[in-house]
Amino acid sequence: MSTRMVEVRAKVMKQNDLLAHALRERFQQQNTCVIGLVSSPGSGKTAFLEKLLAGLARDHRVAALVGDLATENDAVRLQRATPNVKQITTGTICHLDASMIERALEDWRLGATDFLFIENVGNLVCPSSYDLGEELRFVLLSATEGEDKPLKYPTIFNSSDVAIITKMDMADAAEFDLAAARRNIESVRPGMKIFEVSSKTGQGMEEVFSFLLAQVAHSRTPVPILEEAAQ
Amino acid sequence: MHELSIAISMIDQIAEESASRGGLDVEVVHMRLGVFAGVDKNALLFAYELACEGTPLQGSRLIIETVPLLVYCPVCQQERTPPSVYQICCPECLAPTPEILTGREMEVASLEVAA
Repeated sequence: MSTRMVEVRAKVMKQNDLLAHALRERFQQQNTCVIGLVSSPGSGKTAFLEKLLAGLARDHRVAALVGDLATENDAVRLQRATPNVKQITTGTICHLDASMIERALEDWRLGATDFLFIENVGNLVCPSSYDLGEELRFVLLSATEGEDKPLKYPTIFNSSDVAIITKMDMADAAEFDLAAARRNIESVRPGMKIFEVSSKTGQGMEEVFSFLLAQVAHSRTPVPILEEAAQ
Repeated sequence: MHELSIAISMIDQIAEESASRGGLDVEVVHMRLGVFAGVDKNALLFAYELACEGTPLQGSRLIIETVPLLVYCPVCQQERTPPSVYQICCPECLAPTPEILTGREMEVASLEVAA
């Protein structure tokens, strides 16, 4: 039987990207700065987010969406800093996607918000393929994980905008080679902004706050055009 | 392992294409997958077969063309292939090359359908 060729050229992630694009537009219209957080499990995303929420909540309206396969533990923990926290339990899914964010926002009575943080499922592989409509993606790497993590997971580091080195208070005990870590981040994502923090001691947090506040002050950047998704 | 989710998105995408063209009897799916897309080729091939079961694409074949990583070197002003996916720099002058030209693709390129 003969066959014929049909040209398609369709992005596999088209549905997710269109949804993410719509979310991004909506967040910008509402003047909400949305930051995605990705990392491996146990690198300190929730501790870092606790500090971020507590610090920013003094003068800003903050909220967080947290993804995990199971339990509401993170939401309960973060609610100490702000009541505006919602857990997304993904069941067996190893990442968040744009439709999960949309659904979570649907029945959430969230008023005007300056900062919304989206903590992804702890995973350095799968979240890299899914745009969530965030303005910036932070990738976290803890001092106890080893400085070559960026080289081992180049896709997620390259698809992120800012790198946060966490648990700096444990760097000496873990014999963490900070210079090598910075070099490795630079190798997979040239020019990437890097912060060194400790959620425990508060080291480096002021710099992160300043960065985020500058982001709301003069960001409001135009929505990136998803030319392929729009086709 | 998110290749199953990717395979399901792909099948939805193809179903949509097929419907918009009045229904196609798809035998082969040609896909372009960048080495920097964060998706494993073999895992996707495996997931595709599973995800096709019970859909109109059951029995179809997936052929994946790998798209290499290409960057633009601002110093040489040339397209270059970096030394590896974890060394995003020019292989000639070693300048950092933040601009990625290809390698992130994940798209259904074409379909071979029964004539």
